[in-house]
Amino acid sequence: MSLSQRQLAVLLIAPGLALIAVLFLYPLCFSLVSAFTGPGGGLSLQAFGKAFELYSGDILFTIVIVVTSCALTALAAVAIAGTLTLGENPWVVGTLRALYRWPLFIPFIVAAQCMRTFLAKNGLMNNTFVSLGLMEPLQAVSYLDWRGIIITFVWKQTPFVALLLAGALASLDRATLEAGRNLGASRLRVLIELALPQAMPTLLVALVLSFVTMLSVLSVPMMVAGSQPTMLTVDMAFRINAYGDYATANALGVITYLISAGAAILYLRHGMAKESAS
Amino acid sequence: MSRVASLLRASLAGVLLAAFAFALIGPLANLALWSVAERWYTPYKLPVTYGTRYWEQVFRPTGDAMASLGTSVWIAVLTVVVALALSVPAGYALARLKLPMRSLFMIVFLLPQAFPSVAIYINVARIFYKLGINGTVLGVVLVHAAHGLVYSVWIAAAAFAAVDKDLELAARNIGASPLRTFFTVTLPLAAPGVIASGIFVFLESLDEFTGTFFVGVPQVTTLPLLLYNAAMGGNYQVASITALILLVPSVLFMLFIERFLRADVLAKVGA
Repeated sequence: MSLSQRQLAVLLIAPGLALIAVLFLYPLCFSLVSAFTGPGGGLSLQAFGKAFELYSGDILFTIVIVVTSCALTALAAVAIAGTLTLGENPWVVGTLRALYRWPLFIPFIVAAQCMRTFLAKNGLMNNTFVSLGLMEPLQAVSYLDWRGIIITFVWKQTPFVALLLAGALASLDRATLEAGRNLGASRLRVLIELALPQAMPTLLVALVLSFVTMLSVLSVPMMVAGSQPTMLTVDMAFRINAYGDYATANALGVITYLISAGAAILYLRHGMAKESAS
Repeated sequence: MSRVASLLRASLAGVLLAAFAFALIGPLANLALWSVAERWYTPYKLPVTYGTRYWEQVFRPTGDAMASLGTSVWIAVLTVVVALALSVPAGYALARLKLPMRSLFMIVFLLPQAFPSVAIYINVARIFYKLGINGTVLGVVLVHAAHGLVYSVWIAAAAFAAVDKDLELAARNIGASPLRTFFTVTLPLAAPGVIASGIFVFLESLDEFTGTFFVGVPQVTTLPLLLYNAAMGGNYQVASITALILLVPSVLFMLFIERFLRADVLAKVGA
């Protein structure tokens, strides 16, 4: 018996696909079915009603946190990647290049533990500010709430976005950028008007990936912030562990799918607008 | 005048850079301080007494941490074995063979990373519970492998695609069978990329928290779960030391990744 190349290819890839089917596609369908099934069986939106009734505040909280974190991550990444590409002081560029990648491979849970101590009322951050005379001891407040979550997300995701963006900026045509500089444009203007528009697809991909990652992280909201308000990941874990309430947890899950789908649609729309413009 | 301006610019750059370094390193420094702080309470800005008491406690052979480290490494090794067993054939098929709907299959492997995962894991846990593999090493390994498969498949495909086809043809021409060509020419040449993908999967597994939290508890305690339990229990020293242990492989990986993942392979990832 001899196999055609096609049959062999399908045979070789099948075990990997099977694992994804069993451990991702099947649970995904399971979550959709569970979210839309009423207590007596049959199609029902009751779980969504309960989810909105109990957690509408947290849904909003999650969206605000993730959108703000992505926006700040984008700003920080543009500043870093822009300095790396257009910076003229070799000392500044070298130091920045050596430093900015450090959080890249640090696990979220380690980042969360770092921030739990660093951002506390008596953490190293406030203590340093007091020692430098930037702040009175009595002004020290804990940042372990929504601000802590945002700071942790930005701290962890910026190197990833900056790395991809710096790569995209480095592969741009230097001559155009130099021409802009020679015509008298400032470096900031060259970055914003010449370089960034060309690197936009890369920046957006990196941001969409970060967006979904932030929506999936359980450890950071659990460890960095208190219990209320909190992110949807924590609410889902709570519904399961405290009540075994799969219907509401899965309804919240479907809502997180929709939020991430929103980000994906914005990204695709930008891509299409660009294609039709060019 | 311009000298003053350039001096101002330089000092502004210096201040900004120092602030950046503080924001980046400060949290890690705080972690390191906690790991050697035997007593540290307000209003003291630095630990009151330093010592290695908690290190001794963590590294005691009978301690929880050593058991968790063993569990974590064992799970990560098994995850790499499972992921490579699936991704080497899949990567070869994606890179070298005529595969219908190739780009669709590439995206299928990305899906577990492209969806918010908590909602998936709670249902995986429910399915595993029915199968009786919730709270077992097998269950955790399967979850980690599915999550890491995108890296191993994509990088393996890129590594195979970067192998020079003429070398394979030369081997075939002098009479080697396809299987022999694969094992003596293609696989050795693709090995650095495949090893890099294995390291990726190993680290992903070592650092994974969410999946283990739902599928592994209460029987399987990996290092991230130990870190979580210690942190929530208020034991900052043990939490910080566990975090530092988890940092070691991540930092080593960042320093050495470029050795394994050559630019020609990296350029083909996801293509």
